[in-house]
Amino acid sequence: MSTATASADNDNGVMTLENLAKFPEGQKVFSCMQCGTCAATCPYGDDLVFPPRAIITMLEAGLIEEVFTNPGLLNCVTCYACMAKCPRGIKLTEVLLPLVKEQVFTHLKEVPAELQKALENTMRYGNPMGESPRKRALWVKSSPVPVPVISEIKRAVDVLWFVECYPSYHPRGNDNNIATAKLFKALGIDFAILGNEEKCAGECARLLGETGLFEMLTDSNMKLLRKYKFNRIVTGGAHAYDAFKHKYPAAGFDFEAHHTTPFFAQHLAQLKPKLTKKLDYTVTYHDACALGRHNGFYEEPRALLQAIPGVKLVEMTHSGVNSICCGGGGGGMWLDTYYAAKGCERLSERRVKEALDTGANVLAVSCPYEISRFEDALKVQGAEKRMVVRDVVELLAEALEG
Amino acid sequence: MNILVLMKVVPDVVEELEVGSDGKSLDTSFLRTIINERDDHALEQALLLKDKHGGKVTLLTLDAPDIDDVLFTALAKGADRAVKICGVESVQSTQTAVRLFGDVIAKTEGLLPVDLILTGVSAIDDLDGLMAAPIAQQLGWPYSGVVTQVTLADKTATVVKEFAGGVRGEYEVPTPAVLGIQAAEKPPRYVPVAKVRAAMKSQTIETVDAPAVEAAAMVEVQQMAKPQVTGHAEMLEGSPEEVAEKICELLAKRGLL
Repeated sequence: MSTATASADNDNGVMTLENLAKFPEGQKVFSCMQCGTCAATCPYGDDLVFPPRAIITMLEAGLIEEVFTNPGLLNCVTCYACMAKCPRGIKLTEVLLPLVKEQVFTHLKEVPAELQKALENTMRYGNPMGESPRKRALWVKSSPVPVPVISEIKRAVDVLWFVECYPSYHPRGNDNNIATAKLFKALGIDFAILGNEEKCAGECARLLGETGLFEMLTDSNMKLLRKYKFNRIVTGGAHAYDAFKHKYPAAGFDFEAHHTTPFFAQHLAQLKPKLTKKLDYTVTYHDACALGRHNGFYEEPRALLQAIPGVKLVEMTHSGVNSICCGGGGGGMWLDTYYAAKGCERLSERRVKEALDTGANVLAVSCPYEISRFEDALKVQGAEKRMVVRDVVELLAEALEG
Repeated sequence: MNILVLMKVVPDVVEELEVGSDGKSLDTSFLRTIINERDDHALEQALLLKDKHGGKVTLLTLDAPDIDDVLFTALAKGADRAVKICGVESVQSTQTAVRLFGDVIAKTEGLLPVDLILTGVSAIDDLDGLMAAPIAQQLGWPYSGVVTQVTLADKTATVVKEFAGGVRGEYEVPTPAVLGIQAAEKPPRYVPVAKVRAAMKSQTIETVDAPAVEAAAMVEVQQMAKPQVTGHAEMLEGSPEEVAEKICELLAKRGLL
């Protein structure tokens, strides 16, 4: 169940659809003026059946059950676009959608197979790909920079690096990790990882509506984090950062949390003199929903990219607050087959078409889902020779080696 | 229509398996167990039949680490009763499991009568399917295995069996019967964690002590070993012309040209 920061007289302070009006943020939902901006800005607006505006109408009319029993909301990739654009400032993606999506998920007659497997894997192995938890830190062996595991070095560290699932297991995610390790080393930062004990932060399960799984993972990670001493947490996972920032505090998370991109941007003055290798790239940056729209990190990745000698930064038609989701959020990562069967355009393909139109030869990203999503989308477009996908940290690490 | 589902755990092959020091069994120090996939299909088939005909679904399983999670998940999916046999090692030989299940089914109050006993037709540690048939023999009931579809009518189950080469056969089996399930008609359903947690609060798992059984050695494991590496693939690199040249060279060298 979602918890709200506001307090209510009863209901243990837990916000539900029934007691929504007791909370200031919930009350705001009923200030909807039915302008339809949410539906228009939603990348899957045509496929939701009940876009946020319609959900509010149904809620007011006492017909919300009809929304629960329609799987249309599986197309909500929780990209925060509706929330960012709502002229009334209703916290659609933060307040309304999680409560409704939890019910939609519970009412699903059948969970799409690919998604079910990812959820079962996350529950059992702590990662959606169903890899052995004992191999979570295997990538460390291929890192040219030593990557210590906190349980092995048995001491406090400055930065506890929460690696997350795709970076731990996906080969391209491993590249991202090695780049991050090189940057930590270049900055002289004392860091360690959690190793095999770490589990998925669970944010995508929560945004999908599988809140029980999110709570299970939160409990497990919180127990783990309390075992060790560190000053701050840094993660390359945009969704993990988002969860640490907004949801884990309800479970007692009181650590300083950073995402790698803004973290390295904070260290730009120190980093810049070390970026000596000229990279002759034309780069376009894709704003990750969890970093951009939800947390306002628009300038940081661009500042980093512009600090790299030789890089020419160009913008896509939709950038910043108008960025189009890669389609991987809120469980979308495991719904590509389902969307395709429904005849929906894959959002990652829509996005790379825009990226290609800029004439850039590098698509820079800062969320681990995007690398594989966009690389696949470029292959589908037959454009994998025209453009490569690189995390901002990969480009920074490449520029270090001058 | 009442159905009893027999479930057991098998080694989880997501983890690397190692042969134990006796050379005949798995090293259990890092072994993690998981519910036998086909038993999970047997449960799903039972739930599908319950959805259609009503009745009760009871689960019987051997105790193992994390087995309570499996049983509460099954209860959250719609099973009515869960019983685990305690006082046994988590990974059993199929022969011992058969004896334990057989004895407990016969002696535990309320497990019988049922219309069907469903279990996985095989498991990764029992590819010969030695579970369902001996149970049927002990009970003196008919058995049908490799079942992928079950339709129930009065005192008869019509089952579809899967054969090699895409051939299917339809059979009638008088009930009560034991069926070895190859796959349920639909993939096993998902149940949200919140529902599993609710089941943990509202339902209980019954336990019965494992009876002393002698596992008659039908088959004895003599040796267990990892497959030996006998060859490897070589990737030929270069332009298509260069690769073609290399292929010609290789074929010529091995006397094939």
